[in-house]
Amino acid sequence: MAETLTVLVCDDEPGMRKGAERALRRYTAEFADLQTTVEFAVTLAESGEQALERVNVEAPDILLLDYKLPGISGLEVQEKLAERSAQTLTVMISAYSSLQTVITATKRGAFDFLVKPFTPEELRAAVRRAAHHLLSHRQALRLAEERKQIRFEFIRVLGHELKAPLAAVEGYLRLLERRALGDDIRKYETVISRSLVRLEGMRKLIFDLLDLTRIEAGTKQRNLEQVDLCAVVAAAVETILPEANKRGISVRSDLPARAVLKADRSELEIILNNLLSNAVKYNRDSGSVTVTVRADDAQVRIAVADTGIGMSAAEVSKLFGEFVRIKNEKTVSILGSGLGLSIVKKLVTLYGGSVTVHSEPDAGSTFTVILPREAVAAPAPGPN
Amino acid sequence: MSEKTVMVVDDDVDLVLELQVQLEAVGYRVVTAHSDKQAREVADKTHPDAAVIDLMMEEHDSGFALAHYLKRRMPEMPVILLTAVASETGIDFDATTAEERSWIRADVVLDKPVRFETLHAQLQRLLA
Repeated sequence: MAETLTVLVCDDEPGMRKGAERALRRYTAEFADLQTTVEFAVTLAESGEQALERVNVEAPDILLLDYKLPGISGLEVQEKLAERSAQTLTVMISAYSSLQTVITATKRGAFDFLVKPFTPEELRAAVRRAAHHLLSHRQALRLAEERKQIRFEFIRVLGHELKAPLAAVEGYLRLLERRALGDDIRKYETVISRSLVRLEGMRKLIFDLLDLTRIEAGTKQRNLEQVDLCAVVAAAVETILPEANKRGISVRSDLPARAVLKADRSELEIILNNLLSNAVKYNRDSGSVTVTVRADDAQVRIAVADTGIGMSAAEVSKLFGEFVRIKNEKTVSILGSGLGLSIVKKLVTLYGGSVTVHSEPDAGSTFTVILPREAVAAPAPGPN
Repeated sequence: MSEKTVMVVDDDVDLVLELQVQLEAVGYRVVTAHSDKQAREVADKTHPDAAVIDLMMEEHDSGFALAHYLKRRMPEMPVILLTAVASETGIDFDATTAEERSWIRADVVLDKPVRFETLHAQLQRLLA
């Protein structure tokens, strides 16, 4: 990515202006840390008055400003710019290298100082420093703004997701209140069981949200110990069985004798519970779920395969985002927080592992999680 | 009153059920759909006398697209759009001016949550 920064050179000596222009015209500054390359467009001013006018019109990024000028001095120009809180970064040029001038100029907001006579190299170095400062500042602002937007979007969708079950339950209560259900006892059963289902969904959303927040904030107490993954899988299978049995879905596991890794047991539980719950939820009646665990010296592999509705490639590509729920006729009556896989992904990343999915519409999906046996110390993930 | 058929479309199965129960209680026959696509099929097959559509289904404007489709196929069929847009985004619109009606293909736009009496009154008016 190449950007262009504008540089206004203000000096009363024509030789100086020409020299500065020549030094910068073909100069390209590369900033590996900011992943950007910068070129410079140079404009010229002969006096302080002209410089102020130019700043008004062009709002240059960098101003090379001579200290000693025929009309108003460089210092006064700097002062006026400071008053207007102009975004321009000033590099003061002076023939006097007195400490006092440097201090005064810096006090009034000059970014850097260049003492005459200087070589084209020195000029370029000063401009380079100014450009780096400007760009890193801008990048930081941009990132902060993006983070803010992501947070806003998250909260907006969260609000929507929390309102939906409330509206459903409220609607059912209103039906009861108006005695709109008549004499048929089955209608009452439906209304009550649907209300409970929606409330349970809301509870799950709130719990997932708390999990997610703790993971992101890095405040989750992590207790890394040697954990036998097979025991965690067995417990997770146990937990999902009642739900699976209701719909005639069989759950099989194919486990080695032991698969020990260094991990936080509760995090492994969250990963497996989410994957197994999905494998049952998005399965067909009388389908099956198979959990396979394999371990070698370096890593463990967990594969959760279902015989469910599957997904298209387009749906798969969106899958690990927050509040992503695949919406189509096959999923309309399936409830979920839309956070489960996002949580799985964040946790797996915390271990330096990976999660992938292979899916075929109407045939099923297989989620594969790979975790290193020795947890890599990963930094707490950022908010996105 | 001869039994009129109302199609209810919302991607939330519970909101559909709630409306269905209430509409049936006041004497309508109800057909339901949970997506834009399903609603088109149901409408083409059952030719309902009126449609009540949630604005935001799988896409943000699915309801508009569906209303547009229905009005083209069955210009005489009244369409009522339900929307939570005003309370969620602050954007306010209804279908009372000619200009709004020219792009919102609906006879009435109601803000969610809708009181059933309001919806019922609108249906009676449109089906009179």
